[in-house]
Amino acid sequence: MTVGLSHYLTVAAVLFTVGIFGIFLNRKNVIVILMSIELMMLAVNLNLVAFSAFHGDLVGQIFTLIALTVAAAEAAIGLAIVVVYFRNRGTIDVAEIDLLKG
Amino acid sequence: MLSALFFYLFATMCVGAGVMVIAAKNPVHAVLYLIFAFFNAAGLFVLLGAEFIAMILVVVYVGAVMVLFLFVVMMLDVNFAELRAGFLKYLPVGAIVGILLLVELVFVVGAWLTAPDLIRDAPTPPASEMSNTQALGELLYTRYVYLFEAAGLILLVAMIGAIVLTLHHKRDVRRQSVAAQVGRTRETAIEVVQVETGKGLK
Repeated sequence: MTVGLSHYLTVAAVLFTVGIFGIFLNRKNVIVILMSIELMMLAVNLNLVAFSAFHGDLVGQIFTLIALTVAAAEAAIGLAIVVVYFRNRGTIDVAEIDLLKG
Repeated sequence: MLSALFFYLFATMCVGAGVMVIAAKNPVHAVLYLIFAFFNAAGLFVLLGAEFIAMILVVVYVGAVMVLFLFVVMMLDVNFAELRAGFLKYLPVGAIVGILLLVELVFVVGAWLTAPDLIRDAPTPPASEMSNTQALGELLYTRYVYLFEAAGLILLVAMIGAIVLTLHHKRDVRRQSVAAQVGRTRETAIEVVQVETGKGLK
C-alpha cells in the first residue's frame, strides 16, 4: 500500500479539524486559542508541501516559507498583545475582553 | 514499505499530539504537546522530500515561537482552571461542527483529481542533480526575491510592534544618569566653608 497525496491531505484535514475543535472547547483561554490557530496553520502548510511534492512544483514550498514567516510574526504580536492585556486587566478571559464596547 | 510505516507513525503521533494540545489541563503541557506535533509534522515533511521546510519548522517554530509561547504561559499568573470552565458545555457544539467540517474536507480530498496536463510553474529538479535546499534557494533568491524581502519587512514590523507593545518605563523609578555623574566638576561638587567655632554649619 503506497502513501499517496490523499493520505497527506487527510492528515491535514484531521489536524485542521482538531484546531477548529480546540477553539470551540477552550473559548475562554486566549493562549490555547492561539495554539489551536498554530495547529490549523500547520495543517495548511502540510497541504501546501504535499501538493508541492506530489505535483513536482517547488512554488508550494516557497509559499510555505512565506506562510511560516507570517505565522511567526502573528504569534509574536498576538502574545505581546496578551501580555499587555494581562498587565492592564489582570485576566485573559476572552469573555471579559470588552474594553472597546465603551 | 518503510516509508509507509513511518508515514502512519508520524501521522498518528501528530494527530494524537494535536488532540492533547486542546485537551491538556495544564497549558504548559499543551505547549509541549504542540512542540511534539511540530516535530512529527517535520518528519512528514522529510518523508515528502521537503527537508528545508522540515528543518525550518524545527528551528523557527520549535526553537523560537513555541519557546515564546512557553515563556508567556509561565510568565502570566493566570488561574487556568477557571478558564477551563464550560469545557464540557461547549463539547457537543464543537463536536458537531468539527465532525461536519471533517466530513466535508474528507469528501473534497477523496474526490480530488489532478489534471494530467498540469503546467508546472517551477518543476522540481531531480534529487540527483540538486538538493531540495539548493533548489529552493535558486528559486527564492531569483524569481521570488521581492517576496523574500517582503517577508523580511513583515518580520521587522512584527519585531518593532512587539517591542513597542510590551516595553514600558515605570514612573517614579530613579535611574542612574552616567552623563550627569561624569559631567560633574570640582566647582559644582565641593565647597570650602570656614566654620566658626561653636556655631556649626547651617
